[in-house]
Amino acid sequence: MPDATERLEFRNRDQALRLSERLAQVVARIGRPLAVMHVCGTHEQAIARFGLRGLLPADLDVVMGPGCPVCVTDQPEVDEGVALVRQGVRLATYADMLRVPGTAGSLADARAAGGKIDVVYSIVQAVELARRSTEEIVFFATGFETTAVTTAAVLSGPVPPNFSVLSAHKYIPPAMEIIAETPGCRMEGFLAAGHAATITGWGVFEPFVARHKLPVVVAGFEPLDILAGLIALCEAILAGRQEVINCFPRCVSRDGNRVALDALWRVFRPIGGRWRGIAHVPDGNLRLRDTFSHVDARSRFTIDLASLWEFAPPSLTAACICGDILAGRLTPVDCALFGNRCTPSDPVGACMVSTEGSCRIWHDYGGRNRSGETL
Amino acid sequence: MCLSVPGRVVSIDGMTAVVDFWGVRRQVQLHIVDEPVAPGDYVLNHVGFAVRRIDPSEVAKTLALFEELMAGGSDDLLAAEIHAQLGGDDA
Ligand code: SF4
Repeated sequence: MPDATERLEFRNRDQALRLSERLAQVVARIGRPLAVMHVCGTHEQAIARFGLRGLLPADLDVVMGPGCPVCVTDQPEVDEGVALVRQGVRLATYADMLRVPGTAGSLADARAAGGKIDVVYSIVQAVELARRSTEEIVFFATGFETTAVTTAAVLSGPVPPNFSVLSAHKYIPPAMEIIAETPGCRMEGFLAAGHAATITGWGVFEPFVARHKLPVVVAGFEPLDILAGLIALCEAILAGRQEVINCFPRCVSRDGNRVALDALWRVFRPIGGRWRGIAHVPDGNLRLRDTFSHVDARSRFTIDLASLWEFAPPSLTAACICGDILAGRLTPVDCALFGNRCTPSDPVGACMVSTEGSCRIWHDYGGRNRSGETL
Repeated sequence: MCLSVPGRVVSIDGMTAVVDFWGVRRQVQLHIVDEPVAPGDYVLNHVGFAVRRIDPSEVAKTLALFEELMAGGSDDLLAAEIHAQLGGDDA
């Protein structure tokens, strides 16, 4: 097997340089500044970690959209988790969720105050925890469709009677609609997340393309994948082609993963809901269907959100511009708190919490300022 | 938690596989992968579940795609230069 594919890592430096030259040519031919949006925290991470911003042409603004599931989880959802913990219920969740600020602090604060919270890597571990315990275990489930299908898979099988799920899962395609519909949206194309498309298939973006007359490229996460995706996107913009282009064929097909999709829609239904910073996203939240109410923490427990109302929101969060960053209007360096009052060890907003959040990534790896200089 | 990582299947027992992630071995569930998986296969994994079998021929296609995009450069470089000299745009 050739070297490049041994670990399925597509990071060859020469190839990256050649791809970036090609990208510069295409952007030069477009002949004006343009902005495209990617909708995935993992894309931003790869762009920052491998220094890709330095390889991007100055005229091409690659904006990070609402691609981090932790960052778009809104306060009311964090509050539900915090309220359950304060009621004495034992919660299991992914590490990223611990420090996301809610109205009355984060889950980490609730844990410091004596609450029972277990950090798990997979829902399978949460089920194991319930199996070994007599306590009620609630799994606080977050993440986009790629993660939601794993929750669906587990709930499709037998689970211990003391196990239930608090779903804050999100569905990406409707959020792209909201961005594209925003008046004055300057995005000329979208780089869609390859992992979510592994589940949904690239066909899911065809109605979007038809409605908004914008090209969508599905791209993988290796540096070469991202550069290749950007070339394909800019070529489509140059040629005025509005279509879905699949640049991640090793994982994404037109129809996606049927087995996973069947499980997803058997267990979940989409409902409208607030995303942090993006406002109300119709069909953007995934909730358990009524047939699964026996494993739905929202049916099983009375979640006492009123108990949190006596706590005023922390004053600094009022200055957080996460919402504008997630919507692609501003960048982390536009925030007065960035890097001084708000840091990874003492985050003010959700975007500084998650390793997929744009403020966190720019803090750790650097970004690019308004005039296109790499930081 | 958004991250998905490729790894190679070492062994399979029922719906659980042991997958090698470049030296680190982990158990991975096979409930939602949509193709039969065998030891030696590459799979894309997400929070403890295989979500896709990665077809080796698609890996080769990816490399071919990169080559194609890079190769596209030389022709258009010439074209771009000509356009630049003509001071016009082909649109
Ligand atoms: S730096 Fe902190 S406060 Fe500012 S937008 Fe980012 S997360 Fe919010």
